Amino acid sequence: MASRREFLRGVAAGLTIAGSGVLVPRFAFAGDKFNLAQPTLPDGDMAESILVALPGKKPLIKRTFRAPNYETPVQYFNEMFTPNDAFFVRWHLSGIPEKLSAQDWRLNIGGDALQSPIALTLEDLKKNYEQVEIVAVCQCSGNRRGFFQPHVAGVEWGYGAMGNARWKGVRLKDVLNKAGIKKEALEVTLNGAEAGVIDKTPDFIKSLPMWKALDENTLLAWEMNGEQLPYLNGFPVRLIVPGWTATYWTKMITEINVVSKPWDGFWMRVAYRIPIGKFSGVDRFVSQERTTDTMTPITEMVVNSLMTNIRDGQRFKYGQPIEVKGIAWDSGHGIKLVEISTDGGNTWRDAELEKDYGIYSWRQFSYRFKPQKKGSYDIMARATNRVGSTQTFDLIWNPAGYHHNIVQKVTVAVV
Amino acid sequence: MKKYLFLSLALAASAAFADESQIHLKEGPNRDLVASNCAVCHSTDYIQMNSVFLDRKGWEAEVNKMVNVMHAPINKDDIPKIVDYLVKNYGQ
Repeated sequence: MASRREFLRGVAAGLTIAGSGVLVPRFAFAGDKFNLAQPTLPDGDMAESILVALPGKKPLIKRTFRAPNYETPVQYFNEMFTPNDAFFVRWHLSGIPEKLSAQDWRLNIGGDALQSPIALTLEDLKKNYEQVEIVAVCQCSGNRRGFFQPHVAGVEWGYGAMGNARWKGVRLKDVLNKAGIKKEALEVTLNGAEAGVIDKTPDFIKSLPMWKALDENTLLAWEMNGEQLPYLNGFPVRLIVPGWTATYWTKMITEINVVSKPWDGFWMRVAYRIPIGKFSGVDRFVSQERTTDTMTPITEMVVNSLMTNIRDGQRFKYGQPIEVKGIAWDSGHGIKLVEISTDGGNTWRDAELEKDYGIYSWRQFSYRFKPQKKGSYDIMARATNRVGSTQTFDLIWNPAGYHHNIVQKVTVAVV
Repeated sequence: MKKYLFLSLALAASAAFADESQIHLKEGPNRDLVASNCAVCHSTDYIQMNSVFLDRKGWEAEVNKMVNVMHAPINKDDIPKIVDYLVKNYGQ
């Protein structure tokens, strides 16, 4: 565990590197409080932002100890695939099994709209269905919630409640079809091993509409970046729901039911909802909407980007080019372009898009320019997807703090 | 999800991840009451993290959610004391 003192030493080291006027190398951000804590994070959140290493993990930014909520430092987003040991950790309830055996694990599949209930082992999954791989962004619905103004209650995330990985597993569709789906099937409920400390605390159960559950990209995955899932990322098996926020990516999944009625548990009926009509171009989960509802379940991610290799206050030597690198992603339409401004949004130029790993992956971008004079430069990045959706300049405020995709601005000095 | 066998070792477990000794709630009346009630289900850094921006109404809503939705076993008489502590030390 990193003590607060060690953490503060890290801050000093980060500043030294930045002050030397060279491009900040990978990992120089580690422990840099000025990077972790954007000015808009709540004060109390900043005070609790310490780097802590969980078992099997590199030091991550601790938001809460129990339930464990830890975000990935931005430096890791310079990599195409987020390393498993740096991948963010997010749990709702504190009752998480301490040890799981992949051999004893069972996935129970049933529900009133399934023909033949089954209990599958990990071996069953691996042997009896076609194995597939997909690269996909896993992003918490509340990523960047800490930047909301006015602030809203919740886990006060900065930029790091997300990651990009190559997932391997089998299609949920193949598993459900084999067990037989009745024609009245409406939703698929998802339950993992996580539970409350108090018996009556609502169990963390989510549901998907049939069409999304049967999408060929929705997987039951046991592998991430070529290794078994890290324990804290859902070992032995989790759901992968490309394009949709991570609330549906049930970790340590143990029970799936195909049902004919809308699931009305707390985590669907009340939590994870956005105001109807406030966000454009977003899938509606209509069986979850009653006629009087003003709120609807969050579904797909909004288009977004992040500059990963420069930071506020960084100094560059006059006469040297500045390279801006970052990542852009959306819900699976694919990124069409990323534009960069170096003058605070007055003029924009296209960045280079790097290799395409598929529509559900994030896309790396880069942009190189040579400042023509000394002074301050407000650098901004804005992504647009293939259906023309782009990032906002003003927050679309909503009470639970979802879908923050404000264009990021990084101010650097050329000296 | 408690009914499956492989979970039988489970649920008291999360303390293994937690180094909560680093959390220091501010001194003040009813601090221990807050710590002992809230820490049944979660670490108390949730309080600090959500400060300072909630007013009395905001903290009341949070405590009521814990009692009414999450079924936190909090003595009814203690609820106003808990809210008072949160407003005074972590409220605006």
